[in-house]
Amino acid sequence: MKIKEVPQDAALLDQHREVTYAVDEQGRYVLAPSAGWDPANLANLQAWQLIAAQMREALKQVQSGQASPLLFHMQHHQMDVALLASYVGLYRWQVRRHLRPGPWKRLPEALRGRYAQLFGLAPEALDDLPKEILLPVALADEEGRT
Amino acid sequence: MSIDFPHRQSAHCESGVTANLLSYHGQRISEALAFGIGGGLFFGYFPFVRINRLPLITFRSAPGAIFKKCVRRLGARVRSQTFASPREASAALDRALAAGIPQGLQTGVYWLPYFPPALRFHFNAHNLVAYGRDGEDYLLSDPVFEEPVRCPRGDLERARFAKGALAPKGRMYAIESFAPDGDLAKAVRQGIREVCNRMVRAPIPLIGVRGVRLLASRLERWPERLGREQAVLHLGHLIRMQEEIGTGGGGFRFIYAAFLQEAAAILGNPDLSGLAEELTETGDLWRQFALLAARNCKGREGANSTFSALAEQLRDCARREEQIFRALLKVV
Repeated sequence: MKIKEVPQDAALLDQHREVTYAVDEQGRYVLAPSAGWDPANLANLQAWQLIAAQMREALKQVQSGQASPLLFHMQHHQMDVALLASYVGLYRWQVRRHLRPGPWKRLPEALRGRYAQLFGLAPEALDDLPKEILLPVALADEEGRT
Repeated sequence: MSIDFPHRQSAHCESGVTANLLSYHGQRISEALAFGIGGGLFFGYFPFVRINRLPLITFRSAPGAIFKKCVRRLGARVRSQTFASPREASAALDRALAAGIPQGLQTGVYWLPYFPPALRFHFNAHNLVAYGRDGEDYLLSDPVFEEPVRCPRGDLERARFAKGALAPKGRMYAIESFAPDGDLAKAVRQGIREVCNRMVRAPIPLIGVRGVRLLASRLERWPERLGREQAVLHLGHLIRMQEEIGTGGGGFRFIYAAFLQEAAAILGNPDLSGLAEELTETGDLWRQFALLAARNCKGREGANSTFSALAEQLRDCARREEQIFRALLKVV
């Protein structure tokens, strides 16, 4: 890659610049800043699309009473049951139980507190879910191009 | 309190931390040199290991290996610790900083507040250097950032105790003693030999150029085996592993070519410059592959971006790299 070819496709990094290796006119390697590259940006957005879809599905399940709000928080923080369990120091079956609306309502204060602390929320705020999915990246519509 | 630490931005976190720590201790080397001596280049395709239900594809050696090998090959002694609790980990870090020794830290990316939000995933093999503390804020030299950054104690503790695959368990490492008259040429040779052996002499077909070929034949059949939707997800995943922040582009081929250029001067062998040029060409090929793969993901594929055309390009990369690394073995 020549210095002139170092991509500057800003999309995800805001002010951040990564450095990449490129060759100058004498053929010597130098470090050159890059604002991002479309193929890499696309792959990154694809990962976010998956997260968004999982969050949307979780929101639907919570609203229809099939799952507890914990499912939404878990998806929001890109976790699965195993990862969430290791963060709060519980067994997986316990977390799986807490994903059901009934057991979640009866959850002891202390356990609620552990989840709240992990997600950086007040314990009572765990039940408030957003109306819309907010992501740190802008996704085009499902059918639109990104 | 703060140590006068030479922060330099780098393409990859671990080689950046290694080069910066060594420079602080008196051996001023570039990131590329640290990467090469540490034997950083790798290719591994492990379809039975899954990350978020996607196969493990890696272009670099195991986390921690670059630092350990590079520093040892240069004759320095390393001290590395993990901790049972965040409180202990912070106390040890505070003591080390008070004693004036910058510390390398392994962290998760997800909990670092200064990271661009779009890049905050659960990835636990990030590396940075702590060089000071200002009240409750740690002063960090995170090598993928242009300038040093600050991070509150609570966030840093979380990042150091991130859970899941490759959990850092508070890992903290430093160079203990260093006599900067180590044999640089010998270290360079050791690093090159290690990478060549992995790339062309690996005993299992998942590693090196054989791994690339295996990936090519698997990739060719993704659409029929997984369906279009999953196949595209797999392809996107491959692009991310190859091109996303931390590789310096082209799946580390460019940084390794930069290393070979430096090695040519250190070993006084112009053959290495020629091989560096060839490796640059394969880096460009890998990037071309990513570009076409992305086109395929967008559903705008042409004749040169079908799954079988993409597989053919990977085979081309494998063929050229096999020649390069075999030639390289003869040079060192």
